Amino acid sequence: MARRTRRNVPIASNPLLQVRLPAYRSQLVMLFVAVAFVALAARTVWLQVFSQGYLQQQGELRYGRTIELPASRGKIFDRNGVVLASSLPARAVWAIPEQVEATPQQFAELAKLLGTSERELRGRLAQAADRSFVYLKRQVDADVAERVAALRIAGIHQQREYKRHYPQGETIAHVVGFTNVEDIGQEGVELAKNPDLAGKPGSRRVIRDRYGRVVENVEAVREPHNGRDLALSIDSTIQFLAFDALRDAVHEHKAKAGAAVVLDVHTGEILALANWPTYNPNERGQLTGAQLRNRAITDTFEPGSTMKPFTAALALELGQVRPDTVIQTAPGRLKIGSATIGDAHPHGLLTIEQIVQKSSNVGTAKMALAMPAERMWEMFSSVGLGQAPRIGFPGAVAGRLRPYRSWKPIEQATMSYGYGLSVSLLQLARAYTVFATDGELLPVSMFKHDDAVGGERIVTPATARAVRHMLELAAGPGGTAPQAQISGYRVAGKTGTAHKRDGRQYVNKYIASFVGFAPVSDPRVIVAVMIDEPTAGKYYGGTVAAPVFARIAGDTLRTLRVPPDSTVVKLEVPTSAAGHDAGAAL
Amino acid sequence: MLRLNLVLVFLLVVCALGLVTSQDRARKLFGDVERAHAQASRLEVQWDQLQIEQTVLAKASRIDTKARRELSMESISPQRTLHLVVDPVERVVRLGSTAPAEAAGAR
Repeated sequence: MARRTRRNVPIASNPLLQVRLPAYRSQLVMLFVAVAFVALAARTVWLQVFSQGYLQQQGELRYGRTIELPASRGKIFDRNGVVLASSLPARAVWAIPEQVEATPQQFAELAKLLGTSERELRGRLAQAADRSFVYLKRQVDADVAERVAALRIAGIHQQREYKRHYPQGETIAHVVGFTNVEDIGQEGVELAKNPDLAGKPGSRRVIRDRYGRVVENVEAVREPHNGRDLALSIDSTIQFLAFDALRDAVHEHKAKAGAAVVLDVHTGEILALANWPTYNPNERGQLTGAQLRNRAITDTFEPGSTMKPFTAALALELGQVRPDTVIQTAPGRLKIGSATIGDAHPHGLLTIEQIVQKSSNVGTAKMALAMPAERMWEMFSSVGLGQAPRIGFPGAVAGRLRPYRSWKPIEQATMSYGYGLSVSLLQLARAYTVFATDGELLPVSMFKHDDAVGGERIVTPATARAVRHMLELAAGPGGTAPQAQISGYRVAGKTGTAHKRDGRQYVNKYIASFVGFAPVSDPRVIVAVMIDEPTAGKYYGGTVAAPVFARIAGDTLRTLRVPPDSTVVKLEVPTSAAGHDAGAAL
Repeated sequence: MLRLNLVLVFLLVVCALGLVTSQDRARKLFGDVERAHAQASRLEVQWDQLQIEQTVLAKASRIDTKARRELSMESISPQRTLHLVVDPVERVVRLGSTAPAEAAGAR
């Protein structure tokens, strides 16, 4: 009964609610709730506003990473887009010595992969035991590095780097040069153009999730700037032809060294620049200075008779002589002051043409003594002697050309045929652009450009043509270098056979050289060859250097598809250099 | 008033869900971009590698020895070369100025 009654009672009339509680109790609860909310709000403000920077920083410390964006070094191409130098990713394998834990089997495997012996590797780690970082091997190829990583040896780590590859190898080593393990140019174009070639690495700040995946970029990405690619003026086919011919010649004549330069007459570009001895830029174990030297640019020598055409050109320019002026060179000796100069073979009366053709020292000296020293100095320095050619290449030398005020008559005489001054092979080749063009000296370049360049006029076209004719005679059957002839093309050029100096004394060691160009009707290439100390018997420029010239120039012209300008295909090469009549073949 | 609040709550929920999905999509797309970038650089490396390989295989010295030894070829010699010249006017091919061996020393 009582139950029923209670059930029917409406809630509001529940006697418990009838109890009057003091109002402050509910207000107190309200206050607590309000304080709690305020506390939350305050905490929010504290976290969101005041400690925001700190908290974000801490968050980033845990999940943010700065990723280096590597920039690759620019490639070096030849003029036809053949790769001469290119970088591939590689790894440096390094270790924390005291953390290295490996089973003997793993260790043996590691040593094998890194190309050393187990003992050496252990020794290396033991030696660096107190350090926390030691390189085990640098420039490890990517696939080998992956197998090293697959061994999962504790304490062995890897680091990204680049390895430079030189697919053309030794053929062009001196031009391209090489970089060190830090990817910085050390020699050649790699050194000269390092600022252009080197890339600028970028970086970006990212957030990674707990799997290590990049989730988003935090800041703006600093883009990496790859190095600029370079196109050299070298033609790798011609380079190989020149290198091959040079190497064969150095071996044949048991010479100490050699160099060859091929210039394009239209653009002044260097099509080939070969040196022997050389080295393989990919395997630089022990390099000697002799191997590294780019002789064609950094070594000077006394050019000898190759200077005679310039003396003759000046004599023609000054109006002292005409090509058919006759000079007495008998008896093949000339006394100047207390010194006497002489010809290798005495001649009698010679025209200017014949003086160049037969390479008469006496005749050249007589021409030189009739001209003012100042003009001779001007001539020699205007064709680039005594000044380093501006080709943007490290170590290009100026050679030696003393000021004319200090010349004595004997020195003026010897300089006229190339003694007492020195040049590099490249300077010599460049100087000959004066005769290959119609009297203009072209700037030479190691880098590709397709436009014909304007030269600086040195002699009149008439003089240039006259000297060119003399040079053609010199390379003909009656000249000093009949072996320079190429079947199908008319050639012109001058031999040089210079005694080497040992201190102040001239010794019986020689530098045989030949500078020439072809085809004569419209010169396309200049080829300069220098063979240092041939010791196999022959040492004349005409017998040592001229055949190399013929081989390089012939191959080059055929490679460049230059149409032949001569009907002569069988060459007449007299047995003695200065014999027979001149008219037969050319 | 209550109805307006309900509408606003609904809108809020929709916006919140939109934010979540777009964030998710952005992350996925970002992942795709990352993968594409990684592939691009992988391909670039491969291209460099192949370029080097090609150069090594096509090296003049290698071709020279192969041609001489394996194919027993010889360098061209002018004695056996016929030069053909295309006449620019008549567009016909005729023999060039260099005749075969008989012409030797003709001048």
